Amino acid sequence: MSMDYEQYLSKTAIDLKPSGIRRFFDLAASMEGVVSLGVGEPDFITPWNIRDEAINALQDGYTSYTANAGLIELRQEISNYVQRRFDVHYDPENQIIVTVGASQSLDLAFRAIVNPGDEVLIVEPAFVSYASLVLLAGGVPVPISTYSDNGFKVTPEQIEAAITDKTKAVLICTPNNPTGTCLNKEELTQIANVIQKHDLICLTDEIYAELTYDDDGFTSMASIPGMYERTILINGFSKGFAMTGWRLGFVAAPKEMVDLMVKIYQYTTMCAPHMLQRAAIEALQNSTDQVEHMRESYWRRRNYIVQALNNIGLSCHIPGGAFYVFPSIKQTGLSSEEFASELLQQEKVAVVPGNAFGESGEGYIRCSYATSIEQLQEAMKRMGRFIDSLK
Amino acid sequence: MKLSNDELNILAILEENHRISTETIAMQLNMTEENVHRTIKKLEEDKIIVSYPTLIDWNQIEGKETVVAMIDVKVTPQHGVGFDEIAERIYRYPEVNSVYLMSGTYDLSVTLEGKTLQEVSKFVSNKLSTIDNVISTTTHFILKKYKHDGVVIEGNDDDDKRMVVTP
Repeated sequence: MSMDYEQYLSKTAIDLKPSGIRRFFDLAASMEGVVSLGVGEPDFITPWNIRDEAINALQDGYTSYTANAGLIELRQEISNYVQRRFDVHYDPENQIIVTVGASQSLDLAFRAIVNPGDEVLIVEPAFVSYASLVLLAGGVPVPISTYSDNGFKVTPEQIEAAITDKTKAVLICTPNNPTGTCLNKEELTQIANVIQKHDLICLTDEIYAELTYDDDGFTSMASIPGMYERTILINGFSKGFAMTGWRLGFVAAPKEMVDLMVKIYQYTTMCAPHMLQRAAIEALQNSTDQVEHMRESYWRRRNYIVQALNNIGLSCHIPGGAFYVFPSIKQTGLSSEEFASELLQQEKVAVVPGNAFGESGEGYIRCSYATSIEQLQEAMKRMGRFIDSLK
Repeated sequence: MKLSNDELNILAILEENHRISTETIAMQLNMTEENVHRTIKKLEEDKIIVSYPTLIDWNQIEGKETVVAMIDVKVTPQHGVGFDEIAERIYRYPEVNSVYLMSGTYDLSVTLEGKTLQEVSKFVSNKLSTIDNVISTTTHFILKKYKHDGVVIEGNDDDDKRMVVTP
């Protein structure tokens, strides 16, 4: 007997938009000799001192559960780190949760604040999972489009215009995936004013905070006056410490919010893996030089790829952070998806079509420069040839 | 000597790969090619950049295998010139790869390269230990090189284990 599965399955889950990246991955993965600018993670392997600590933790038998919110020693280190780097204080006892990647921090945050029908403003182009997570939490994602003419920066006016009486929260990601755009202190303050005026919550995804290249450094939304009590700060180890596969993130917020998130967490996940949490302590205590070394390396590659793309005729703003550039391909007359799939087929270079990150990403492609300079040179050579072939 | 950021950045790039073109360096550092060229020249003249050696794994090549020994050398320092003169007498031999003055139980650490064990042993007994002021030598032959000057000789850390496209 064949079952009609659709009637048994969740309508919400069925209606979620399929990831635009997935399809592309299948295509690229089936080909040989691909130079990939499509990878959203560091090309560095986790520093050895951190890996070594994970081995030690296993040898020493740290295989049990931990407290739901994570090892108190690790939460203490996170507290110290956030204080040191971003100048905000969170109490390790009741304001920090160690999560299974920043993705889970986002999920917890939405579940903790969204009531049915609540609207969450999402600045696009944006990381692929935000809108779906809002929908899964029963909310309504409301995109705010940004454009290259002002470096993909959202303005306070745009936020103000999107606010309705159902708006609950604004999600900011800085530095941004996929545009690499960073918001400076002044820009954050202007956005904060709107958020405070309308009494909203701010979710700030700062997973790329370690990877900023401008002289004025990185400012956390949580450090803007008046924002601490209404901000949920999300960060983790994946990007800055090159620990994507470990799935370790954290969320820091006012106690009342964290209490609720811990309650959800204890029913859904229990805790992050114990042995990995022990290694994360080492990451925060003893990896400053290596994080800086990686940052400098990304910075050099950013400078290279921005110039190289402009040289081959793909105009590109200079992103302040992360390891992505988001050049325009509009002058080719192709859509983002056409460009990406023809580039892959003709020249075997994988990039991600910009529309995978929201409507306003149409006309752009995301290029990750988290790959060796030799690979970047090869990719630029092939892309230049591809652009010429279109003329 | 205090160096500028540009100079430090150029050194960081060259230390990883000195065959990279000045054009690529310039693009990575937002400098002009001309400026990169001039800066490298200055670093060479100042002997900050001493040389550009290439790390070759000779042992993979038939007929080119070498034997390397590290030798602990105890000496009596000479009046007035200390260890330097003895060190110089040793490092002038082309088969000597490196000479370091050490703290601890011996004085000079000498790395020696030869075609065979006998060749190295002969050098130690005939040349090294006969130098005035050399009191004793202890020879350690290297059986396998795992890592040399920051480079892992064998190993698979370099494989890219990432998927081709990820969010």
